Amino acid sequence: FARNTIDADTWSGLEDAMISADFGPDITDSVIEELRASVAKYKTDDPADLKRMLRETLEERLARLDPTLTLSARPAVVLVVGVNGVGKTTTIGKFAKFLVGHGRTVVVGAADTFRAAAVEQLATWAERGGAEIVRPQQQGQDPASVAFQTVEWAQRESIDIAIIDTAGRLQTKSGLMDELGKIRRVIEKQTEIAEVLLVLDATTGQNGVAQAEAFIQHAGVTGLVITKLDGSARAGFVLAVQERTGIPIKLVGQGEGINDLTGFTPHVFVQGLVG
Amino acid sequence: MATFGNLTDRLADTFKNLRGKGKLSEADVDRTVREIRRALLDADVALEVVKDFTGRVRERALGHEVSGALNPAQQVVQIVNDELVTILGGEARRIEFAKNPPTVIMLAGLQGAGKTTLAGKLSKWLAADGHTPLLVAADLQRPNAVTQLQVVAGQAGVAVFAPEPGNGKGDPVKVAKQALKFAKDKQHDVVIIDTAGRLGVDAELMKQAANIRKAVDPDEVLFVIDAMIGQDAVTTARAFQDGVDFTGVVLSKLDGDARGGAALSVASITGRPIMFASTGEGLDDFEPFHPDRMASRILDL
Ligand SMILES: Nc1nc2c(ncn2[C@@H]2O[C@H](COP(=O)(O)OP(=O)(O)OP(=O)(O)O)[C@@H](O)[C@H]2O)c(=O)[nH]1
Ligand SMILES: Nc1nc2c(ncn2[C@@H]2O[C@H](COP(=O)(O)OP(=O)(O)OP(=O)(O)O)[C@@H](O)[C@H]2O)c(=O)[nH]1
Ligand SMILES: [K+]
Ligand SMILES: [Mg+2]
Ligand SMILES: [Mg+2]
Repeated sequence: FARNTIDADTWSGLEDAMISADFGPDITDSVIEELRASVAKYKTDDPADLKRMLRETLEERLARLDPTLTLSARPAVVLVVGVNGVGKTTTIGKFAKFLVGHGRTVVVGAADTFRAAAVEQLATWAERGGAEIVRPQQQGQDPASVAFQTVEWAQRESIDIAIIDTAGRLQTKSGLMDELGKIRRVIEKQTEIAEVLLVLDATTGQNGVAQAEAFIQHAGVTGLVITKLDGSARAGFVLAVQERTGIPIKLVGQGEGINDLTGFTPHVFVQGLVG
Repeated sequence: MATFGNLTDRLADTFKNLRGKGKLSEADVDRTVREIRRALLDADVALEVVKDFTGRVRERALGHEVSGALNPAQQVVQIVNDELVTILGGEARRIEFAKNPPTVIMLAGLQGAGKTTLAGKLSKWLAADGHTPLLVAADLQRPNAVTQLQVVAGQAGVAVFAPEPGNGKGDPVKVAKQALKFAKDKQHDVVIIDTAGRLGVDAELMKQAANIRKAVDPDEVLFVIDAMIGQDAVTTARAFQDGVDFTGVVLSKLDGDARGGAALSVASITGRPIMFASTGEGLDDFEPFHPDRMASRILDL
């Protein structure tokens, strides 16, 4: 955007910037087409106008869905899912802290009974966040039964919110995806699930869309969490994810500290993307 | 040639109007190059690498090896594949063992990339080869990283050096240094140092990684990168190269369906070889890297 008229270089610079931010070739093409039409319609050749239009387009497209969390049920059960290493367990710690800070009581369920030290990791986060924890009673216990016991505990102890951690799984592993379905069904026999949050790592590229589609199909995702936005990745792929799936972004993680979690604001997000 | 299915199909479309002409015009080549560009971007290959790469392919496609070919589409795909394999490295490099043991291997990478799991895989693989590896718990940051490494070491059946509790307590540089002495005393011939995940933009933590490196002077520094990473691969790889430098790359989570364009980006940008592929959560899901398989994967089979 350094030049003072919109020319071929402006457009190719814009295309490069969008590709580099992981919007992917399809969304990039569609946004540029839209902007070309706007530029023609408003007969402008000022790059500053173009930048403003880009910001508006992205903000408008990202703001089409409602980012509000639905946590009014008691207990409100939140299931957290996603591929390996994206930040599920960490997000649960931050989220618990956030809820406790708002006067809610929280229990977390360690239904990742697979990953080395996953239970201990969640226990550390629960302690930091001021939440209780339900642990598996034996090694390798069925994750669905841990989820069941967590919800049962929340019901019995009148705890406001139960957040259930699950093991990371790649969306292509059908056995593991079926296991998620089972966890869901077991909880649904006890109560309605308030939110199923899919955690996506900001560094992800075009595979993010495939992740979202598979988890929606198997786990009935109701909201997205984007983590690691404190890094250099811009996470443009989430626009494609939101538009293809109709699932809103509800939370954003930006650090490894317990307070590094916020709601999703299209304006702030686009600021990070476009400047 | 069925192996290069998807790109070949795309190119076949581009070449449809060409049948009988025998020679490629510059416009034909440009249309072809646009298709290749698109395929690489869909595979998350970094833009600057794509530009560089398609420039070279364009040059070769305009040359005589294509214009005389019976099937120009396949010929171009062949060129693309050759160029990909060249960048990815002809043959996977093996670990450099120190003349005077212990051989020191340090792991580095973004949060959640797969370092700790790799420590287990690498140690199990080396132990099966008659080595006596020692895992070192120098991630004192991530909650219960030390416990995780201890569990992984148990699963791999190897020793672990974990003098500090972690969770913010202890100095990783000191632990790494002590580990070398411990390994010499106990005659471990390979030392594998697990470090905390860190972002490329985190100057302070990057400095810490550089300090660990300085303290132990490793024979190998392996940069572990998630196959699902997008365009940020370049920025991150550069930051780790400038910050700690690394001698080789390990591509993790290749058991999914990510096309893994990052492999091409990192190899091309840093000139460092990709040495291993991590292909699952189990400790045996690990193999030397195969550039030719990766090339086909990026092109989408
Ligand atoms: N910089 C940064 N790091 C994060 C963020 N969220 C999580 N992490 C780090 O990412 C790594 C993985 O986080 P976890 O919470 O263990 O991820 P997970 O999805 O539970 O992983 P698995 O259970 O193994 O699938 C840890 O090192 C976290 O500290 C974030 O928003 N920013
Ligand atoms: N599917 C799959 N999962 C993997 C692979 N390698 C590691 N993982 C998983 O990815 C998650 C993160 O792995 P870790 O080894 O803890 O990653 P790390 O780089 O040590 O993470 P930090 O210490 O938090 O930076 C865990 O759930 C692992 O089981 C792989 O090749 N395939
Ligand atoms: K990751
Ligand atoms: Mg976890
Ligand atoms: Mg680790």
